[in-house]
Amino acid sequence: MTGAVDPFVLNLTVFVLAIFIGYHVVWNVTPALHTPLMAVTNAISGIIIVGAMLAAGPEKFDIGTVLGLVAVTLAAVNVFGGFLVTQRMLDMFKKKNK
Amino acid sequence: MSANFVALAYLTAAVLFILALKGLSSPISARRGNLFGMVGMGLAVLTTLTVTHNWKYILIAITVGGTVGAVIARRIEMTAMPELVAAMHSLVGLAAVLIAMAAFNNPLAYGIGATLHASNRIELFIGTFVGAITFTGSIIAFGKLSGKLGSKPLRFAGQHWLNLLLGVLMIAFGIAFFITQSWTPFLIMTAIAMLIGVLLIMPIGGADMPVVISMLNSYSGWAAAGIGFTLNNNMLIIAGSLVGSSGAILSYIMCRAMNRSFFNVILGGFGGAADAGADSGDGVQKVYRSGSADDAAFLMGNADSVIIVPGYGLAVARAQHAINEMSKALTAKGVKVRYAIHPVAGRMPGHMNVLLAEAEVPYEQVVEMDEINNEFADTDVVLVIGANDVVNPSAKNDKSSPIYGMPILDVYKARTVLVVKRSMATGYAGLDNELFYMDKTMMVFGDAKKVVEDIIKSLA
Repeated sequence: MTGAVDPFVLNLTVFVLAIFIGYHVVWNVTPALHTPLMAVTNAISGIIIVGAMLAAGPEKFDIGTVLGLVAVTLAAVNVFGGFLVTQRMLDMFKKKNK
Repeated sequence: MSANFVALAYLTAAVLFILALKGLSSPISARRGNLFGMVGMGLAVLTTLTVTHNWKYILIAITVGGTVGAVIARRIEMTAMPELVAAMHSLVGLAAVLIAMAAFNNPLAYGIGATLHASNRIELFIGTFVGAITFTGSIIAFGKLSGKLGSKPLRFAGQHWLNLLLGVLMIAFGIAFFITQSWTPFLIMTAIAMLIGVLLIMPIGGADMPVVISMLNSYSGWAAAGIGFTLNNNMLIIAGSLVGSSGAILSYIMCRAMNRSFFNVILGGFGGAADAGADSGDGVQKVYRSGSADDAAFLMGNADSVIIVPGYGLAVARAQHAINEMSKALTAKGVKVRYAIHPVAGRMPGHMNVLLAEAEVPYEQVVEMDEINNEFADTDVVLVIGANDVVNPSAKNDKSSPIYGMPILDVYKARTVLVVKRSMATGYAGLDNELFYMDKTMMVFGDAKKVVEDIIKSLA
């Protein structure tokens, strides 16, 4: 049992624990906010923009860089659209809270 | 910037995402939660920007995509939320495929090393096919939800066998990619996955869309997590898993609300259920009572308590604002007004709540099915407007009904039931509704908005 742990195993550890967190957090979401939940998870899945930026990142400009830039654009639609539309919906729920 | 610093920034962003979801446990904390989410995303993007070379091009790409997203977010109508969400899922799917291709093209850029390890290749394969299925499946879902494709399920003989065959082929090309590490099997595998995405969603009918959209929500998360595995990026894995489990839970809640198993929805068998049920239409004309908007206004105006049961038909008729005016008029007369929401009342989870919130209905008046079902028996008048299957008592007492076992709002227990409908036509499931023929039920025919406006006039 010596030697470094394979990164895959570390990733798997994080993955499994994150699923547990997601499970518990999402069951606590009130059903009235399920549509904003979907919109905000849409924005969060836009985190894939980080992967896209890395793909677009290398100094050498080639087909991979172009694919990365296209992916950045697509993911940015999700990030901005997702968070802003969530905000818009949540503002509607707030108005009547006076 | 050091790798450790980047990793710590990512950890902070991941925690902020968890807080964003946690905030949604109540409408009061939700806005702050959303802010956390934005900050987390900003932090992640800025941190990543410092470790890339082509930051100018990247900023341009973010500006273009961000502008498109912001404009859509501002203009989109709340009734069109399901389409928007479906469209956004497809973008995540496509982005995942493109990133996987870029990673395969130049593994060094991700610090994977000059060649792909065995585990990298498996992760790439999984990330790509989940992304590809999400991409095309969401496009089909978008087409169905926006009415561009027609919501009718498309089925043909041998469909499941074809899907199975394609699935096997996809895995075979995946293995070929694993061994040869060449583009051809990779691209064929991606193309097959895209075809599977289309074939999976085509046979699913309009009534099942809340499940489909939740499922694709889940897939888009798994696609992001898959890419995270390839890039050894914990933040992608965490954020992807959060989204993945969120979508899975919503799918489960929607399936439960329709009393159907997940596989039953995916493999089809509803939507076209008219051939199975609708046995009561055997030529016998059943008797129902109908009345005018004035009669409805009189009944509600003299009641102590009224529960409104809105369905998607209400949103189609754009009657949300009118119904809020009506409840205000009733409240002014001392009537206790509440709204009862069935989990599948809209086209996606929680849709009806948003539509009512947009019309400025106070959310304290909006009650979920489980909380209000006991109170129908003590309620004077129930106004069903634009809803049908979710108030059909045969789900409780007719074992032969295709919707038997589906949880319903117990409207039939109320003292008086008013149903606003265009005609006696059946709902999505194509079933007759015995609620409409009960002695205490009065049908009010007409366009939902028109009827509600007439009721308001009559109440004044």
